Amino acid sequence: MKKVLSFVLVLVMAMSFVACNKTDANNDTPDVKSEGVMTYAEYMAAEMDSQVVIETYVQATQSWWDNKITVYTQDKDGAYFLYNMTCSEEDAAKLTLGTKIKVTGYKSEWAGEIEVTDATFEIVEGNYVAEPVDVTALLGTDALIDHQNQLVSFKGMTIEAIEYKNGEPGDDIYVTVSKDGNKYDFCVEVYLTGTDTDVYKAVQTLAAGDVVDIEGFLYWYEGVNTHITAVDAAE
Amino acid sequence: MKKLLCILLACICLLSLGGCHGSKGLQAFALPEVFDESKTYTISFWAKNDTNLTQVAIYEQTIEEFEKIYPNIRVNLRLYTDYGRIYNDVITNISTNTTPNVCITYPDHIATYLTGTNTVVPLDELLTDGRYGLGGSEVRFDAPTAEEIVPQFLSECYVNGSCYALPFMRSTEACYVNKTYVEKLGYTLPEVLTWDFVWEVSEAATAKDADGNYLVNGKKVMIPFIYKSTDNMMISMLRQKDAGYSTDDGEIQLFNDTTEVLLHTVAAHTGNGAFSTFKISGYPANFLNAGQCIFAIDSTAGATWMGSDAPLVDISEDALVDFETVVMPIPQFDTENPQMISQGPSVCVFNKSDAGEVLASWLFTQYLLTNSVQIAYSQTEGYVPVTLKAQNSAEYQDYLAREGEDNELYYEIKLQAAKLLLRNTENTFVTPVFNGSASLRDAAGQLVENVTKSVRRKETVDETYMEKLFGDITSLYRLDQVGSASASVGKADLGSLPTASVVLLVTLAAAWLLLGLSAVVGKIKKRRK
Repeated sequence: MKKVLSFVLVLVMAMSFVACNKTDANNDTPDVKSEGVMTYAEYMAAEMDSQVVIETYVQATQSWWDNKITVYTQDKDGAYFLYNMTCSEEDAAKLTLGTKIKVTGYKSEWAGEIEVTDATFEIVEGNYVAEPVDVTALLGTDALIDHQNQLVSFKGMTIEAIEYKNGEPGDDIYVTVSKDGNKYDFCVEVYLTGTDTDVYKAVQTLAAGDVVDIEGFLYWYEGVNTHITAVDAAE
Repeated sequence: MKKLLCILLACICLLSLGGCHGSKGLQAFALPEVFDESKTYTISFWAKNDTNLTQVAIYEQTIEEFEKIYPNIRVNLRLYTDYGRIYNDVITNISTNTTPNVCITYPDHIATYLTGTNTVVPLDELLTDGRYGLGGSEVRFDAPTAEEIVPQFLSECYVNGSCYALPFMRSTEACYVNKTYVEKLGYTLPEVLTWDFVWEVSEAATAKDADGNYLVNGKKVMIPFIYKSTDNMMISMLRQKDAGYSTDDGEIQLFNDTTEVLLHTVAAHTGNGAFSTFKISGYPANFLNAGQCIFAIDSTAGATWMGSDAPLVDISEDALVDFETVVMPIPQFDTENPQMISQGPSVCVFNKSDAGEVLASWLFTQYLLTNSVQIAYSQTEGYVPVTLKAQNSAEYQDYLAREGEDNELYYEIKLQAAKLLLRNTENTFVTPVFNGSASLRDAAGQLVENVTKSVRRKETVDETYMEKLFGDITSLYRLDQVGSASASVGKADLGSLPTASVVLLVTLAAAWLLLGLSAVVGKIKKRRK
């Protein structure tokens, strides 16, 4: 009897794991929003400075500070940048890759960056990790901004200049890249990828003329200003 | 039994002494007779730059030159681009006694640092010491004397009657005006800018055509008036109105009727699209240079970012618009009595257990006031040197005379900004410094930010709103815990002792009493024998 019971329990557990997995958004199922929660399209259509309620998935966080955290998030349809969201240090530790959160805040714009400010959040069930979208072909076009804040990739970018914000390692690294004769300002944001990260170290070794593939979040500051998260020699 | 009692009492005594030692902190700094040049000192210097690599280069060159003069002192530079981060890092390091040796700071911050025991070195004695003081006989470089520091700037570094810092650079705020657009709107800039004028022109600039483009620039974006530092905005307006902010001894007066009236004015113009802030919309310089702002108020230390020909620019070249920039003092309520804030970095020296190390730090601090450092650093932005020695030097006068020669070192907007402060030094003011004054400053700015945000979010801003806002801000910045008592830094009334402390003290007293009794009884017994 005990054996049968054990077998049934194991079976139930296995089934529940499978069921859990199905709630993840890592497959092709549509991203269904809870009641009262905006779709990405509704969020984008919302008036500036209006209150927004969204459900989204953590893709990365900047360092927690003073009960606030800045989070790069994304759902299947687009990305949401949560600037200085109210968050305890304990909760910050829970904002791991893929974590689903329900966020209430205000749609704002700062220097061209669309973001959610004065936000609060709660963790809800679900998980989704975005794959980078190759937007190389969109560089210099009006369509690029449609991918604002998403995890993106650029192929075959030429390094034009590497400059430390403070003139020496320890702070942001400003990376000027070019493609087809046009220059773009990217950045290794130290609060996102600190000095001990692979990307920080890798960018330090780059020199003008190097051709690289870049991954990062399509941040905006008076124009495209990708926050680089990975860099590799171009394939 | 007696032995056991003695051991127990001895243990209690030792523990209590250890406890006393822990709460005492560092010994007060005493100036050594001689600076020991046979010993090597490594000191740390936490500095702030305005995301300006020339400033970084000057810091590095300064250190290099200083180390040549004093080969036994090594200076490690740590750079910040934000005063707030320095402040937070210092606070964190006070508890572990790992503060830097020398640190760029604001007097408001020093007031908080002083809550530690002997954390920051008072400089009164060092300023005038004949050997190692400013320009002293044993100082190996041409340092200014105390009298050669601009008195007003030096006076800003006093907290509770003692000097705790030296001024390093000074700036004020300026209104960078797109004169081209002001005139296009049919106005002529007055000699002294007034708040009424700025608001009126800003309102006029909000007019749009049928397609939603602003008439003045033909674009979809126009924020006529942007203020970078809203704490300065509120503080300056209150000062000009002679309204309450705080008393010298730390009584909070910010939440008054004048503040409320000013906030309603801000709300009204925000509602019409005439006003926004850096925190809400972005850098004033970027909007100004793109022809999307008419009145951009920012520090004179941000002048290199302002204007069509600015040497430092954050927007793409094709977004730049050609216009005439005029640098003016901030708007005034009383044109006969202009008032503007004095700001800019000061330098403080942190105390250490090794007095020689502190003296090494002091020598470096003094070096930051030499002409070569003062003139070079001031030229990086619209700063002015803090010493008369530097200001009156032929080199600096020549620099001022060459305004507009190029768009780099002699960039006209930058030089006009510096001259604005030189002309108005007597019209500058600072706010009282006390433990909590940094929070009060933040609160003043937050009032403007919250009202501006609320209006943009279509919330009702009325009497009830203001009442709640004042309460929320008081609570957020714990201003109800800041008051007259905190004015005497480190001497605040901490209330009655906790029960545990009372119990410990009673135990200690009893222990000493028992020890005494034991000794007396012992002596009596000996005599009897």
